[in-house]
Amino acid sequence: MGKDMRTVYTDTLIDIAKENEQICVLEADLMAATGTKTFKDVYPDRFFDVGVAEADMVGVASGLSAEGKIPFAASFGTFASRRTFDQFFLSANYAQLNVKLVGTDPGITAQFNGGTHMPFEDIGMMRLVPGLVIIEPADIVSCEALIRAAADYKGSMYIRLHRKGSNALYAEDQKFELGKGNVLVDGDDVTIIATGFIMVPEALKAAQILKEQGISAAVIDMHTIKPLDNKLVLDYAQKTGAIVTCENHQVAGGLGGAVAELLCEECPTPLGRIGSQDRFGQVGTLEFLIKEYEMTAEDIAKKAVSVIAKKR
Amino acid sequence: MNQEKKQDLQEKAREVRIETLKSIGHLGVGHVGGAMSIVEVLTYLYYAEMNVNPQEPRMNDRDRLVLSKGHAGPALYSILAMKGFFPKEWLLTLNQGGTNLPSHCDRNRTPGIDMTTGSLGQGLSAAVGIALATRLNKTDNRVFAIIGDGESQEGQNWEAAMSAAQFKLGRLIAFTDYNKMQIDGMTEDIMDLAALENKWESFGWHAQRIDGHDFEALAEAVKRAKEETDRPSMIVLDTIKGKGCSFAENKLGSHNMPVSADDLKEALAALGEGEN
Repeated sequence: MGKDMRTVYTDTLIDIAKENEQICVLEADLMAATGTKTFKDVYPDRFFDVGVAEADMVGVASGLSAEGKIPFAASFGTFASRRTFDQFFLSANYAQLNVKLVGTDPGITAQFNGGTHMPFEDIGMMRLVPGLVIIEPADIVSCEALIRAAADYKGSMYIRLHRKGSNALYAEDQKFELGKGNVLVDGDDVTIIATGFIMVPEALKAAQILKEQGISAAVIDMHTIKPLDNKLVLDYAQKTGAIVTCENHQVAGGLGGAVAELLCEECPTPLGRIGSQDRFGQVGTLEFLIKEYEMTAEDIAKKAVSVIAKKR
Repeated sequence: MNQEKKQDLQEKAREVRIETLKSIGHLGVGHVGGAMSIVEVLTYLYYAEMNVNPQEPRMNDRDRLVLSKGHAGPALYSILAMKGFFPKEWLLTLNQGGTNLPSHCDRNRTPGIDMTTGSLGQGLSAAVGIALATRLNKTDNRVFAIIGDGESQEGQNWEAAMSAAQFKLGRLIAFTDYNKMQIDGMTEDIMDLAALENKWESFGWHAQRIDGHDFEALAEAVKRAKEETDRPSMIVLDTIKGKGCSFAENKLGSHNMPVSADDLKEALAALGEGEN
């Protein structure tokens, strides 16, 4: 069993902070949840907990950034996005600063915290911020690589971070580039474009199910939702003629929305979108919720078959 | 403060008002009231207190200012132009398309502006972050912030108030422009702020309340605030909205108002424009 995603997040920051003294970590009373206490232990001067005050956290992070610091500020995705949207929009992004805002517990992974804590809209909101880079790592290897890329990237980012659990989809020496999706499985009949810790493994399972039905499905890990890897999406739209997007988020505004916008303008292609269909969150286990919101591998495979049927 | 210094600052303040009114008057509309009420504090900071360098606006150990009530930018722009951060001609480009002087402060457009502001309530948090960075960088500068009284109704200020006290930011000195007026009416009628200095004190700040148009009081209060090492300071300024501008002084409608050619002429004459 590898490290938890959140441990990878914190350990990576601790490691980067050794060389880069500008790295700071901010929390709004969720240090215990994000798992950043170990950063505080190693770098107490560069760790700031502002209490239950997410708006202040993002404002303070912006001020730190104005002086050249590289702040990583985290909260549950609901609060990181909805509660701080104006602060992040204006003090961080409009001001062209370098704030890495981390929204944890994406979508259904909020589980027992339920509908009040279940972000299905954060990617959509963040996509509206001009120039903002949005990422969602799918496993511990990409998590470490993308956190390193985030620290190097000059500009604000929204990082959608799964907290609990571990999964290694990639070999340790896999290269990642912001804005470039990774093809995990090649295929000819349909392309499944997925993002995040929950949906990328489901997409891989769906490809297996489809294979048993004689359907060749490509699977892409779209770890960067903005800027979208337009070229990769268009290449696979042309190659396979059918696309299914998978996200642990509303289908409107997120990855599915981004892909739909691109395809409509550049290469109209039959498309199906997996994710919450304009619904609020609710309490439940991951197992219950993934079925409830029709996001399982079986749901993806079914969607793929229906999209393939729309090909001319 | 000796009489000569005081007169010198008063003369500078008069010049700031003239330049600001010309700048807003050239466009014909703008945030006159809240710009005029902070002329003395800005003049004091830039001509008697802050270590800044017009040739090197981002000088590492400069004192910082966050003008959280970003709509008062035009008053600050006048001072920055007078000090040589950019040519005075820029002042007449205020709010014109493509200008470097937008209505609200923008750190990426205007030399000498340390933080982008405009959505009220956000500047003090940024000032807290800047003060924390100052501590990490071990530089010797101070961080000043100016917030509005109406702006103080935004809850984020009080989040920032708690964090500044918690982090013991002795190098942070903030001012509240307590001109008692906001867009919809008198602050006491809309959302009363009452004895603001008591609020700050109870949030763990060193708090003072002075006449915000009195240079001697400003000098004394800033001197006292600088003696604080372990807690932030708030200086509540009793001010008059539109101060020194004949058509705007003490007028409720002065937040964002049209300025006619006649208004401008009359106000500039009252300020003795062209006289020495």
